[in-house]
This record gives sequence, structure tokens and C-alpha cells, in this order.
Amino acid sequence: MERYSGFGLIKHAIRHHENWQRAWRNPAPKKQYDIIIVGGGGHGLATAYYLAKEFGVTNVAVMEKGYLGGGNTGRNTTIVRSNYLWNESAHLYEHALQLWEGLSRDLNYNVMFSQRGVLNLGHTLQDMRDIRRRVNANRLNGIDGEVLDSTQVQKLVPILNCSEKSRYPVLGASWQPRGGVARHDAVAWGFARAADSLGVDLIQECEVTGFEIEDSRVRGVKTRRYGSIGARKVACVAAGNSGLLANLAGFELPIESHPLQALVSEPIKPVLHRVVMSNQVHGYISQSNKGDLVIGAGIDSYNGYGQRGSYPKIEQALAAIIELFPIFSRVPMNRQWGGTVDTTPDACPIIGESPVTNLFFNCGWGTGGFKATPGSGQVFAASLAGDEMHPLAKPFCLTRFYSGALIDEHGAAGVAH
Amino acid sequence: MLRIYCPHCAEYRDEEEFHYAGQAHIVRPADPDACTDKDWGAYLYFRKNPCGLHHELWSHAVGCRKFLKVIRDTLSYEIRESSPIGGKTAVELSLPPSMPPGSNDS
Repeated sequence: MERYSGFGLIKHAIRHHENWQRAWRNPAPKKQYDIIIVGGGGHGLATAYYLAKEFGVTNVAVMEKGYLGGGNTGRNTTIVRSNYLWNESAHLYEHALQLWEGLSRDLNYNVMFSQRGVLNLGHTLQDMRDIRRRVNANRLNGIDGEVLDSTQVQKLVPILNCSEKSRYPVLGASWQPRGGVARHDAVAWGFARAADSLGVDLIQECEVTGFEIEDSRVRGVKTRRYGSIGARKVACVAAGNSGLLANLAGFELPIESHPLQALVSEPIKPVLHRVVMSNQVHGYISQSNKGDLVIGAGIDSYNGYGQRGSYPKIEQALAAIIELFPIFSRVPMNRQWGGTVDTTPDACPIIGESPVTNLFFNCGWGTGGFKATPGSGQVFAASLAGDEMHPLAKPFCLTRFYSGALIDEHGAAGVAH
Repeated sequence: MLRIYCPHCAEYRDEEEFHYAGQAHIVRPADPDACTDKDWGAYLYFRKNPCGLHHELWSHAVGCRKFLKVIRDTLSYEIRESSPIGGKTAVELSLPPSMPPGSNDS
């Protein structure tokens, strides 16, 4: 594979950019693999990459029913942070954040990770108490975090409405300087290109329609396009469609699929240099490098697979944004879209074994999976390559819904991403 | 915007007047003392998540405040019918007797 570099850019510029190599092959699948990954989004591609790179497992295929990164990876608002309350999730997301910090170099692909800092605003006394508690918990876990008052928040984001007269005045915020945003498509493409160059087969437009299961042990997958393909282990990383895959394998997951929406404005000059999130008025916003405002709405309360949501949710999100940033009241919105997110009862992912031997699931990331992409892929790859689950993944097993050891992250994760 | 028919008010109203209350037909275990951890887990956390027809509860939160049962397609978001709780809906009456209400008939 041709390495990307500044010198290469000049070389190709001289040749009018006509000889760039394809970023990945488009192979037909083999009959048998060591590991088949179902789902070619960020998490699936990251899993494949780390399997090949760190664990030497290269006889791997990624099956994607559409195109790579075409689901929630290409639809989210790209916020990366690790300020979760409970130890289990804080460790997992912090592991991911540390991988983000070296990811562009590692993949030889600019994922445009920008650590511009994330503010989680507090609008009530209880908000501020919760923020203080979460920041303290973060610092005990070695995660950077500060509690800011409204004057400090105003200094960081001059255009934020910090007036005491606003309907929900900003009393302060939690501040994670190492948080930020990344370019979502580049993450999918970077992982895809790097995995492909290590020998992983990326099979697009190939929907998995069932599993080959003998004596409750998985032997492969069924596809409409290529028939049956054998595998020693099968790993499902299918976000909103995970429940349907589990049903195909004969069991249920505690997951409900909901529509989640986002929208972007037309590009404007740089005006918002941080990521600002508010659970209370329920909006979150950042400005992309291109200049458009990236705004996230809430999930629709009802189940839905339509990859579109309802207008009341957009209206609520925009009302919250205008409340926080009156300066944006006349910015036209360019596009709006929806994805299907896989929510769990405790707003934490499910990573681990399933009732079928050698069939693994990594799902339930709900509204906030993007930030975990490299970490999720790395711990899942370690689990698939070894004989037992990675220590960071263990608490997120499916059996926690029977044992009662839930990791309730609704406070830090349930709303805004 | 969904337009949901409230069988109590006998009117179609906007989705914003309603509150989604999740899957319908969840039966509380008859003998809680005899339940295993697995039974409790299934009762508390495992919900049907079909891509297709879904039997669900809504409450007419800012209207009559009564609960209703809605059968809705989760892919097209089309609402097949809504009915008061208790009665059988036309979709349910058309099910074969072996299929309990609320099972995934998509």
C-alpha cells in the first residue's frame, strides 16, 4: 500500500492526481475465514484492523450490507470525550481517547482529531452537583476534568448566552480539554484502508441473512450474494440492527432501536471553537473544520428502523441551540438526517459472548458509540483473538442484565453525544 | 410527525400530545418468588425490537391521559390501528390462535 505523506502529495500534484491508488481492494469472499465481522462501520472496521495489526489474525472478513461507514459512523456528530461517571465506562472510553490521540499517525490517515475541549453545561443547582461529582470521579480515574463557573465558561465560549436572565441560565460546566471532534468518514476510511492493507477482506453490499449454527456453535454466516461462508468465530457489530441479527441466531438482546437525528447548517466563518453540550436544554453543537455547525437532536421515544426521525425533535434541539446561542438564530440549516441507534437499559454497550458458542456481539453503544470507535475495536479484537474477554470489556457482558450488575450511565451518556 | 388516533377521544392528534410507553403485553410474573434471575432479567430488560409491526403502548399525556395500544410499523412508521387497552385489535383477531398477542408477526 502506498503511504500517504506530504512528499507523496507533491508527487501526485505534479501528475495531476491521476495515479492515486485505490484505498482498498474490493475482493470476492473466500469460502472460509478465521473470523467474520458482521457490520462494516467504524467499530467493525476497527476490530478488523486491530485483529490484523496487534494480534496477527489476518484471515478476517468484514461483511457490510451497504457501503463502509454508511450507517451511524457516517451520521453522528463526531464528539469524542471520556468523562463518564462509573469506573467501568470511564476506563473503556479513556482507553479509546488515548488511542484517538495517536490514531492519525497509527493509521497513516488523517482522521482530523481535534482536541478542542468539551463543555457539558449545568443549568440548575442539581446539574452543578452532578457535574462536581462526575468531575471528581473522572479525576480519580486519571481523566482530565474541571468544574467551571459561568464566567470561566463565558471566557471559553464568548458567543454563549451566559446571561442570568435567560430561561435556563448557565451556572457552570464540566470541562474536558482533551475531548474534541474527529472527521467521521475519515475514521471509517482510515480503518478500512489500514485493515485492507494488512490482508483483511472488506466485502461490501453483502447482507448477512442468517448464521450456520450446529449444536449451538456458530460455523459461519449465510449471505444472499455469496451463499454460506465459513468461520471459526463470528463477531456482530451491527448497531441498530444487532437485535435482528440476534433473532436470526435464535436469541434476544436487551436492545431497542430508536431514530436519532442530527443536522448541519451552511458553512460560516469560525465562531465556535469548543464542543458545547447541554443535557438540561438538550442540545449539543460544534463547528466543523468546514465551517458548518453540527447539531445533534435527541432520540425519538418510539422504536424505529427508518433512519429518519420526527420534526418535533429537530424543533426541540434547535430551540435549545437558539436559547444557548442567540447569534445562530438566522443561520440556515443545510441538511438533516437520521440514524438507527441501539439503546440498552443502562446506556452502556454490550460487548461479549452470546448464548451461541463462538458468536460474539459488540453493540448497544446507543447514542454515543463514535467516541469509543478505536477502544471498542481494540478490546473486541483482543477478546476475539484470545480465549477470554478483555478485562475492559468484561463488565459489559450480556449476563449483567440477569445478575443486576448494570452500569447506569444515563447521567453521563443517556442524553447528549 | 405521527398522527395517532386516540380511541378514547375518538380523534387523530399529533404525536407531541402522546407519550410513548414501550412494548405492550408485558406480563408481570404470576409467582415472583419462584422467578430465577433469568426470568427477572427477561421481564425487566428484554423487549421486542422488531423491524416491522410492533405492539406498543402510548398514553395521551396532554389529552385524556388514558393509555392506548398502537400497532405501528417500525420501518415505515405507518400506524395500522390503535385501540383501548383490553380489547383485541383487528390485527390481533386475524392472528392464528397459536400466536400470542404481541409476538413478532412482521
